[in-house]
Amino acid sequence: MTKKQTPSQTIGPFFAYGLTPEQYDYNLNSVAMPQLTGENQEGTAIRIEGQVFDGEGAAVGDAMIEIWQADTAGRYAHPSDNRGSNTGFKGFGRVGTGTDPEQRFFFETVKPGAVGQGQAPHINVIVFMRGMLNHAYTRIYFSDEAEANTTDPVLATVPAERRGTLIAERDTRKGTTVYRFDIHMQGPKETVFFDL
Amino acid sequence: MADVFKPRDWSSHPAYLSPDYKSTALRSPTKPLIPLTQSLSEITGPVYGQESVGPLDADLTKNGAGTGEPLGERIIVTGQVLDEDGRPVPDTLIEVWQANAAGRYVHAADQHDAPLDPNFFGGGRCATNAEGWYAFRTIKPGAYPWGNHLNAWRPNHIHFSLFGPSFATRLITQMYFPSDPLLELDPIFLATPEGARDRLVADFSMESTEAGIALGYRFDIVLRGRNETPMDS
Ligand SMILES: [Fe+2]
Repeated sequence: MTKKQTPSQTIGPFFAYGLTPEQYDYNLNSVAMPQLTGENQEGTAIRIEGQVFDGEGAAVGDAMIEIWQADTAGRYAHPSDNRGSNTGFKGFGRVGTGTDPEQRFFFETVKPGAVGQGQAPHINVIVFMRGMLNHAYTRIYFSDEAEANTTDPVLATVPAERRGTLIAERDTRKGTTVYRFDIHMQGPKETVFFDL
Repeated sequence: MADVFKPRDWSSHPAYLSPDYKSTALRSPTKPLIPLTQSLSEITGPVYGQESVGPLDADLTKNGAGTGEPLGERIIVTGQVLDEDGRPVPDTLIEVWQANAAGRYVHAADQHDAPLDPNFFGGGRCATNAEGWYAFRTIKPGAYPWGNHLNAWRPNHIHFSLFGPSFATRLITQMYFPSDPLLELDPIFLATPEGARDRLVADFSMESTEAGIALGYRFDIVLRGRNETPMDS
């Protein structure tokens, strides 16, 4: 029995009380938060932050970003990863860009390990916003993994001049490792989005 | 060996750039998407099911109620979540959000001059059962104006968010109501390829109508299916 996919529609401007209620102070618990780490989480704690820019370079204040990542050992918390997740790390985060004065998003997480041989550590990303009728997939790689990045099979499919759009820049702030990852919907720095 | 998922069917989904929906102009990617061969990163995904649904989450007529009951027409929305091969998608979370009967969202940024309902919140969630069936109870949402063009109104709709079995099956969509005259005027609905639009419109369902309580609507959802060839690892 063959069925046809249900079409995607935009998330619209008013998702916050349904999808990110705690972050926006609505009276409903959230199933996912910008903080992915619990107490005594194994691995290197990192913060990822950035902004989403539209085609005129304006920061978008009504985007929602989701991330999905492996734990510090490169294991996903999912039955299809039958190696088992060793750290009890769910690896899913969700944030809206509407609660920061500069429309920044942030995640507090751990740096993922490489999922397989030859792969560079990365975080899988979905971008949603009003004005997007389909979500867009992208990936975060890390600037301090230059060597692993050269062998990563997905980065290798990206034209060299656009790879930089996928690489988060490492910085240290008050002892915390912060990676900056901006998302440009259009323009010379347009982020690479994937069809997967 | 784990299955990979069938591609997003671009004959079913709207184009990113749909000029009649004005805000797509500055928010849609201009360069072609780069094909990505699925690996564990895409065929895995967050696992959310029944355990994520609180006691009142699937009853929007109750989960925002203060001292009274929300105004408007009570409805039950039910349906089956399937993949392209007709296999039910079991125990997967569905998150919904919508305007109240007057067409007003509780969202702080909603400026529409229509009343909030002190007994209605508009956000909720439910999960599919082992056969892929879900149901929630709510109030039929009202139409509301928006700034896309002069005298633009969104048809009645409920926003849906689903995970399915993987990161690749993620879907956010909107459910519309049958016989709504605004559908043929709505640039968001019309951005959908013509042959796929009716999949976004629920059917009135006498079968799911509860006598004396609430009208029933049936809305089935189809997520990406699995490929026959497994992932080469
Ligand atoms: Fe809406």
